[in-house]
Amino acid sequence: MVKFLPLKQAVAENLNDGDTVAFEGFTHLIPTAAAHEAIRQGFRDLTLIRMTPDLIYDQMIGMGMARKIIFSYVGNPGVGLLRRARDAIENGFPRSIEIEEHSHAGMANAYEAGAAGLPCAVFRGYRGAGLAAVNPNIKSVTCPFTGEVLAAVPSIRPDVTFIHAQKADRKGNVLVEGIIGIQKEAVLAARRAVVTVEEVVDNFDDLHPNLTVLPRWTIAAISVVPGGSHPSYAHGYYARDNAAYLEWDEIAADREKFQAWMQANVIEKSAGDFAARVEHLRKAA
Amino acid sequence: MSELGFTSNEMMTIAASRALRNDDVCFVGIGAPSAACNVARLTHAPDITLIYESGTIGTAPDVLPLSIGDGELCETAVTTVAVPEMFRYWLQGGRISIGFLGAAQLDKFGNINTTVIGDYFHPKTRLPGGGGAPEIATSSKQIYITMAQTKRGMVEKIDFFTSFGHGEGGDHRKRLGIDTAGPTLLITDLAIWKPDPVTKEFTVVSLHPGVTRQQVQESCGWVVRFAEALDETPAPSELELKTLRDLQARTRAAHEGTGKEKAA
Repeated sequence: MVKFLPLKQAVAENLNDGDTVAFEGFTHLIPTAAAHEAIRQGFRDLTLIRMTPDLIYDQMIGMGMARKIIFSYVGNPGVGLLRRARDAIENGFPRSIEIEEHSHAGMANAYEAGAAGLPCAVFRGYRGAGLAAVNPNIKSVTCPFTGEVLAAVPSIRPDVTFIHAQKADRKGNVLVEGIIGIQKEAVLAARRAVVTVEEVVDNFDDLHPNLTVLPRWTIAAISVVPGGSHPSYAHGYYARDNAAYLEWDEIAADREKFQAWMQANVIEKSAGDFAARVEHLRKAA
Repeated sequence: MSELGFTSNEMMTIAASRALRNDDVCFVGIGAPSAACNVARLTHAPDITLIYESGTIGTAPDVLPLSIGDGELCETAVTTVAVPEMFRYWLQGGRISIGFLGAAQLDKFGNINTTVIGDYFHPKTRLPGGGGAPEIATSSKQIYITMAQTKRGMVEKIDFFTSFGHGEGGDHRKRLGIDTAGPTLLITDLAIWKPDPVTKEFTVVSLHPGVTRQQVQESCGWVVRFAEALDETPAPSELELKTLRDLQARTRAAHEGTGKEKAA
């Protein structure tokens, strides 16, 4: 049953060295605060899953926490490349990492299959694409009814998924709205799920009945972290800090600059520092 | 800015916008395609359905999004669906008329590489990868591509097939069981290209105003074929230019704004 915990404790109780972990958020609702807490606690040998590993995986890879990444777009959305991830892939710095690369359709289907309790996902994909030749986890199956050859990939079943969401009610049910991305599937596919939220409200009685709500019994722990998605955004609370994404490109370009930034902005900070980072973005939301 | 009163990039975006129709359902790639699609919406195609892979269907942003998931895409959309639904029901389901893609590397058959420069396992440069493109390229009814010409970008042989165009040309798509049309249009900063009906090699059909055949060849890594009857792309109209420049000015202001107010 869900527990409301300080983020430090929620991360410590649910993440372990060597885990396969997804910190999901499709541009929106990226669980930055949870990722930073994981960085402070210094986990090692993680397999990081994410459709769009952006700044937080660049940071975790740069800090040497990842053994492997499973992804479909390893870029800084709208800006360019992820320079710490590149350094790891191209130069093995600070350690070499294994990569398993898919398309968005492949990852989305694999998460959905994980949520559905299936061993694999079947879809019409990767036709003519080079990924099928370099990723042994992209295979094919023949439709037993039509004979069509379809792509098959293993389902995604993380040990633990972290997401950010707008709000929880007092019982621990969680609401996600706006660009809902893959949040629901990533939670339901995982063995354990930890959710950071902007706020807790008394109840969800006045909400539209079809909104995306994750029942409390699908979640292990909830931590209240206002601004916890920054520099990503929380629809209805604060806007995306596009300038921070642009700045990251420079910070991550240099190994020492990166380390200094991580020390000052992650290692020496806490979850409580996020609220102030989104103050200037609230009126724009 | 040339003496023509517009830049080659503005010509590219505007020429690309003209290819879109009011009844198109367009899956929009970020960057150059996004600008073209929104200029179309703000000029001749007000009812065009623009779809970004974050799940926003029928979106009408006031500024160009930096990412495919900026909040304004959702706020102005007809509906926003989950990412698996986006790829399964809407793209794989055959509901997209145009997939509009950019490219880091492109070959003459419309195959695109945005994955690596060099060997996949020991890359010289690791690029972001395909994202939605591998399936956009095969599930959309047709594909438009837009990119600025350079010899590094337009190459005889791409390093990696991120998304499949016409493969080795001819009926290669059909041989792989792909029944969509694939790349049917390429808009660069210098010209408009269409695939040869038989070989599927991109052929220049229209030069932008003031552009020479030599310029097109000098910035392209393969031997360029030109159509016998070569057109000249109509110059941007005042409305098109104003629409594009206003959109870019709003976009710049919006993206810079968030950082400047930041507390010290």
